[in-house]
Amino acid sequence: VAADQVARQTDELGDLVTPFALATSYNNFYELGWGKGDPAQNAALLRDYMAQSEPWTITFSGEVERPGTYDLADLLGWSDVQERIYRLRCVEAWSMVLPWQGLALGDVLRRVGYTSQAKYVQFTSVMAPDALPGQRSRTLDWPYVEGLRLDEALHPLTLLATGLHGETLPAQNGAPLRLVVPWKYGFKSAKSITQITLTREQPATTWSVAAPQEYGFYANVNPQVSHPRWSQATERRLDGTGGLLAERRETLMFNGYADEVAGLYSGQDLRRDY
Amino acid sequence: MALDAGRGGLGANPLESLLLQTGLLALLLLILTLLCTPLRRWTGWTWPARIRRELGLLAFGYALAHLLVYLLDQGGLAGLPADIAERPFITVGALALALLVPLALTSTPASVRRLGFDRWTRLHQLVYPAAALGALHFYWGVKGDKAEPLLYGLALGMLLGWRWWRGRAER
Repeated sequence: VAADQVARQTDELGDLVTPFALATSYNNFYELGWGKGDPAQNAALLRDYMAQSEPWTITFSGEVERPGTYDLADLLGWSDVQERIYRLRCVEAWSMVLPWQGLALGDVLRRVGYTSQAKYVQFTSVMAPDALPGQRSRTLDWPYVEGLRLDEALHPLTLLATGLHGETLPAQNGAPLRLVVPWKYGFKSAKSITQITLTREQPATTWSVAAPQEYGFYANVNPQVSHPRWSQATERRLDGTGGLLAERRETLMFNGYADEVAGLYSGQDLRRDY
Repeated sequence: MALDAGRGGLGANPLESLLLQTGLLALLLLILTLLCTPLRRWTGWTWPARIRRELGLLAFGYALAHLLVYLLDQGGLAGLPADIAERPFITVGALALALLVPLALTSTPASVRRLGFDRWTRLHQLVYPAAALGALHFYWGVKGDKAEPLLYGLALGMLLGWRWWRGRAER
């Protein structure tokens, strides 16, 4: 019921929110399979793993003032759960508008504290090859690792999501805790996070290692910087309307969040730091 | 595919789904086309040779449909020249399709008579590079798990390898 009520909400640009059924049936979550429908089909495998490894914990380490392993339930008490309607732009040139619930990552990082040496934040996803079929092939170097510069991680838009469409975050969307960075391509959003490490050096992130010419560390949504195999100038919005003859829409610089985040990159060449 | 499109079975991104399915069928049918001759050799059956032309034309039809879905997804022809020029993945796919055009146009028995059997045979050997480029297009186009394109590549490699080996043996 909750999902139906919010299904026709819009973002601040007036664009329709992607329905729950669509947002939970078309996913890139390679631990659960390489097809877009695989994560939904295999979601029970992650749910079972979560049930077995209850309680889910997050380990904070590196340049952290209060390192340690914390229960996710404790983490949720550190800050207010917020509702954010964000555009999600995949590097594959499709996009959705999704209503997330979660904590501002900055609040969480300030709670554990970080040293003056901390420059980057590394996110490590769940590692469970016995449970997750994708991790039994060596196509990617598991576990999945993503990273942000500290100022990006502290930006008020950056979210640790625990819910989608008013529901507990579904397994195929990265349960129980995933990153959401709305001005970056979707692959930056590490799913099923188990470790958060504050580092001095830029983390070696999974896709930037697997295919460095295609996926950079920054991965800011940028219509002027093409992927080697396709232009990033336009995107297909998946919101359940339109159908086969729907036109693609222009991709916005920083996915439409330029006013909020462009300042993070002043003086930086975004063609080089793609 | 038409049934799926009618009942919404193509999923959240139907054009992407159609693009994948038409491309896959084109390559699969090309490989089946190339299987006809060895199959006749190994088994003595004559039916593979009789359906070879139809399989080839069907492969061309799906390759053409693949291009049309691509153009539909892109919203027209405007970006195609730049895509072909700048993206090797698109270049090899376009080249594969272009190589199939003369083959489809000369697929009738009348064309064999007009060109003469030897010239017609040599022309239709273009199916080898076309299939190889199609397989490369698939390999480059897939993100991450390359098992499926490698499987197609392996099948194609065996079929082309068999021809090469037989060509040497007969010389």
